[in-house]
Amino acid sequence: MITGRFKKKGKNKVQAISTASLPDIVFMLLFFFMVTTVMREVDLKVRVEAPKADQVKKLENKSLVSYIYIGTPHKTEVFGTLPRIQLNDSFKETEQIGEFIAAERDAMDEADQSKMTVSLKVDKKAEMGIVTDVKQELRKASALKINYSTLKADPLGRKSY
Amino acid sequence: MAKREIQEINAGSMADIAFLLLIFFLVTTTMDTDTGILRQLPPMPEDESTQEQVNIRERNIFVVLVNRNNDLLVEDNVMNIRDLREATKEFIDNPNNDKNLPVKEEKYFEHIGKVEVTPKHVISLKSDRGTSYETYVTVQNELAAAYNELRDELSMRKWGKKYKDLNDELKEAVEKVYNMNISEAEPNKVGE
Repeated sequence: MITGRFKKKGKNKVQAISTASLPDIVFMLLFFFMVTTVMREVDLKVRVEAPKADQVKKLENKSLVSYIYIGTPHKTEVFGTLPRIQLNDSFKETEQIGEFIAAERDAMDEADQSKMTVSLKVDKKAEMGIVTDVKQELRKASALKINYSTLKADPLGRKSY
Repeated sequence: MAKREIQEINAGSMADIAFLLLIFFLVTTTMDTDTGILRQLPPMPEDESTQEQVNIRERNIFVVLVNRNNDLLVEDNVMNIRDLREATKEFIDNPNNDKNLPVKEEKYFEHIGKVEVTPKHVISLKSDRGTSYETYVTVQNELAAAYNELRDELSMRKWGKKYKDLNDELKEAVEKVYNMNISEAEPNKVGE
């Protein structure tokens, strides 16, 4: 008898928990990470240690953000110890920022061009001179929305309220 | 007699493959959400000579100077950066209607009603080329903090909520009461 046979089997052996759904769970995790993260785009050639600030806002739409890195080069024996500007993957001079902004702007949708934000990732030991020059170039290129990239912490080490 | 069914493909290793992919993405991606202080730069004047001189009364300006040794000079007094936030708050709010602090005017704001504000106040920030970026950001942060604390206080009084917990409409209203007005001086090329 068929029914009898089934009963017998069920009694003797504890059914193993099915792991068939495990891949689904892992895939779900995978997709989550794929959607929420962005691939590392550039190799940093300069050392950028962001300063701290606590009155910060999040940069929402990453596709609207262009980055300018300013800091001491990693290879100091080749490029010296003075802070340099890095755009995309190479060192650039201040005069080339206008070009860079134009290229970045062209790569965007026309509707988004006015929302373009430039994020300045500047090393905290850099001097304002170079930053001011960059800001002047940005004004000339009319990229007026800027963001001083910072870490979220109290700069003066006070206790939070 | 039923035929023996085809053996199912073992899916046990599927999880391993997916894990491998997952780890690959974890390693190659950055989770860091870029945070920072957002600022709007003033547009470049079309012609330097046509730049009009804006006349602002002395009492409406709050001058913050940072020199190359990262020292602060606020309204002609040397100041510790820790005191900047309170000083800025007092300047923006002018709670005692001081004659040396900005002019107060009663204005009507949507959702809030009539409030005495200082609409003409300007914070003028000037830094040297030798000022460290860290100090500059800290100063910017303290100035922003002064505004945010005043906004917090107002929304606490009004609705018993913090500014950041308000809805967008109320946020905008509060923002108008304490409108951020930080002006950065044109960089000086003389006398560095």
